[in-house]
Amino acid sequence: MSRGVVFAATLSLFLAGVAWAVDTTPPIPDPALQERYVTLTHELRCVQCQNEAIADSPVEIAAQLRREVRESLIAGQSDDEIRETMVSRYSEFILFKPRWSAKTALLWLAPALMLLVGAFIALRVVGRRRQLLETDDSVVDEDGDG
Amino acid sequence: MSRLNKFILPLGGFALLAVLLAVGLKQAPEKGIIKSPLVGKLAPAYSLPDLMQPGAVVASDDLKGKWHVVNVWGSWCFACRDEHPMLLAIQQEGVVPIVGIDWNDEEAAGREWLAKLGNPYARVAVDREGRTAIHYGVTAAPESFLINPQGVIVKKVTGVITPKIWRDEMLPLIRGVAGGGQ
Repeated sequence: MSRGVVFAATLSLFLAGVAWAVDTTPPIPDPALQERYVTLTHELRCVQCQNEAIADSPVEIAAQLRREVRESLIAGQSDDEIRETMVSRYSEFILFKPRWSAKTALLWLAPALMLLVGAFIALRVVGRRRQLLETDDSVVDEDGDG
Repeated sequence: MSRLNKFILPLGGFALLAVLLAVGLKQAPEKGIIKSPLVGKLAPAYSLPDLMQPGAVVASDDLKGKWHVVNVWGSWCFACRDEHPMLLAIQQEGVVPIVGIDWNDEEAAGREWLAKLGNPYARVAVDREGRTAIHYGVTAAPESFLINPQGVIVKKVTGVITPKIWRDEMLPLIRGVAGGGQ
């Protein structure tokens, strides 16, 4: 029993690490703005560490980018305006979710294209098998009796 | 027909993959560098405290109409130390003035750095809170921007300006327009 408690306590220590907040600034008083702030700071990539959102990155520039987002929100800018400003300085790279454009079309379409190619190949293979089965059913019958 | 398909399809697939991988390999060295969308655009304006003259202001308008380099650095930045001799050499050459932006730095530390290593800058601005650096899309120091007399950023150098970059990529841009006959 006590072993279970120790185990649970230890486990909770590990889990607690996940919940550490990087962003220690007090929330924006307006809850709607704060909600948009949280969303935006998770959408924008830290330009120094590149695989973290600015919401999760402890480096100074991430904090400064969060401040930029916060001030823009309070100044009444829309989410799109804020994204646009960031992209105009740091390029599309700063968005974790690239926007649709000629440059990113291939990126967005690639999964669908691959699915189509895969489906095409699969259908062909299945079709050919079926054809073989239909023409050579004597052979199949023999196999079935084994 | 199906024989041909058996040959052509895998070959086509292989060729496509080869092209994709070749492009990927070619771009690999620049993968970590964010290409600046600011090249070809007007340089963002700034008006910042002067590091060397307390109370004075360094503004982007001060260098309007002149070729110049804006160099973002900080006394905390190791690579900036490597770059410093090159900045001094550029100053010696006297082709373009360099404006320094001391980024996210303690002013005293910035001044000490220049006193010790020499001051290659025509003016040094203090960007204590990193606001101007964000306008310039700075991701790390050092970064430099070559700005033409119209105030347009014609080149961005991410990292150290090496003698080669200066000679082959920056000087020709300045000479091409300013030199005319050369």
